[in-house]
Amino acid sequence: MRFLFEPGFFSNAPVQTAFVIGGVTAIVSAIVGVFTVVRGQSFAGHALTDVATTGGSGSFLLGISPLLGFIGAGVIGAGAMELAGVQRRRGRDVATGIVLGAATGLAALFLYLDTTRSATTGVTQQILFGSIFTVDPGTIPVVVVLSVVALALIGWMYRPLLLSSLSAELASARGVGVRRVSLLFMLTLAISVGLSSVAIGSVLSTALLIGPAATALRLTKNLRKAFVYACVLGVVATWLGILFAYDSYYWDPSSQGLPVSFFIVTIVFLCYLVSGLTIVRRVATRRVNLRATHVVEVV
Amino acid sequence: MFSGFMVNAWIVATIVALVAGVVGFFVVLRGSAFQAHAIPNGAFAGAAGANLVGVNPLIGLGVFSIAAALGIGRLSRRGRSDVVTALALMMMLALGAAFISQSTQYEPQIFSLLFGEILGVSSSQLAPVAALGAVCVIAVLVLYRRLLMTSIAPEIAAARGLRPERVEMAFLVVIACSTTMTVPVVGALLIFSLMIGPPAAARSFTSRPEIALLASIAIALVTVWAALASSYTTNWPVGFYVGVFSAVWFGVGRTYAHVRRVRGVSRA
Repeated sequence: MRFLFEPGFFSNAPVQTAFVIGGVTAIVSAIVGVFTVVRGQSFAGHALTDVATTGGSGSFLLGISPLLGFIGAGVIGAGAMELAGVQRRRGRDVATGIVLGAATGLAALFLYLDTTRSATTGVTQQILFGSIFTVDPGTIPVVVVLSVVALALIGWMYRPLLLSSLSAELASARGVGVRRVSLLFMLTLAISVGLSSVAIGSVLSTALLIGPAATALRLTKNLRKAFVYACVLGVVATWLGILFAYDSYYWDPSSQGLPVSFFIVTIVFLCYLVSGLTIVRRVATRRVNLRATHVVEVV
Repeated sequence: MFSGFMVNAWIVATIVALVAGVVGFFVVLRGSAFQAHAIPNGAFAGAAGANLVGVNPLIGLGVFSIAAALGIGRLSRRGRSDVVTALALMMMLALGAAFISQSTQYEPQIFSLLFGEILGVSSSQLAPVAALGAVCVIAVLVLYRRLLMTSIAPEIAAARGLRPERVEMAFLVVIACSTTMTVPVVGALLIFSLMIGPPAAARSFTSRPEIALLASIAIALVTVWAALASSYTTNWPVGFYVGVFSAVWFGVGRTYAHVRRVRGVSRA
């Protein structure tokens, strides 16, 4: 055990906070992520982290709380993407790109103003990469409440969301308001992504949103199982990453240790690659009859 | 505004707008916006790595952007390309974070790679940028028919024996080349905005590909010149103006297309 867990791992307060925050965000990201991947909205999910980051850097200027900046900008960005987006997938990508470009332009301005008005040069790196170890334990309640809100939204619209994600035509034939569901999902995505980028940094936010969900959807056709797999994978990857990052400070006394995000993303990425090996045969035989109900298979 | 260090900025901005207008036209047409965002952003990890090892950051950028293009192209055959792109980008950013954590003083350089330092372009940087830019434009012109056909009429392309994965891979490498050239000069964010906004607007104005391509170049040029002039006057970052102007162009294009559609319907 001493070989695996370096001294002080379990009694270290930042590590405990990281475990809680990391676990909660991993679960929310995994569940929202399954829908994101099925709907083919990975780009939007990633772009919203950058949009939320813009809000984060703007919040320093406005003097509001960063969390409010992150979530507020994410929600506004999600609304803009949905409004500008055409229903076809390519048009949606362009709309996402436009919002992303405008938001990053604003971020450039905010960071410029931040650095000219105060000497906070660490802001860029902090905002981009975050660090799960520097999270203030006081944010745990807020993170938990917002996570519950995001999950409740998903639970509330579960069936219409599922139907319209698998086949928009079928859903509208059954009387589901596809546009409304789509907008509501984007707002949920914005909350989830804003939450995770403020808690664990924007790099990890996308990795935990897409990675575990995509891996799970490669492992099983059953959507319920996919939710469970994605949650387990996300939480395990996060906790293992925290453990490795903590240990890495002891590997070489002269070095500074490696960032958590590096370990978590590497684990998530490897899981995705390995899961690809299991589906090679399935894809070869099934790609031909790829239709609505089979969309989940080839991810 | 047109003297001293600004001369280089104007020249570089013009080259970048030409390349972005041409390459971006196909980025929008093919729905490769995410890849166009991921490759330049992820490539910065290469610069961080090169900095750590002590080689020229341009080499790091080049290696990482080409590797990203090939990796995304290869993995996309087996998985969904948006998922693959997201994960590849995250992996590169995480590597970048790891590289940065190992060196102590990198912060200002990250900032300049993301947001660019167009006002600090030296005369010795002009030739490589122009050369790589020319390579990208020529590559797109050579691939022109194939790119157009595989994006607009995949069935005809398949019937003529074109292999879409190969065309896609070649196009991703073109994106990577234009990235290597532009990221150190204008930043990853600016080039992305230029590759999406002007071409998307151009496509709303006309449906004829050749005219749309020319319009895309023209709009990109106007955007970047206006951004540079505004930045010079107000002292705010160029990237901000490029992002905002691109979004405005897109809005104008969409409004125009909408108005035309409504009129068409009422006439019929």
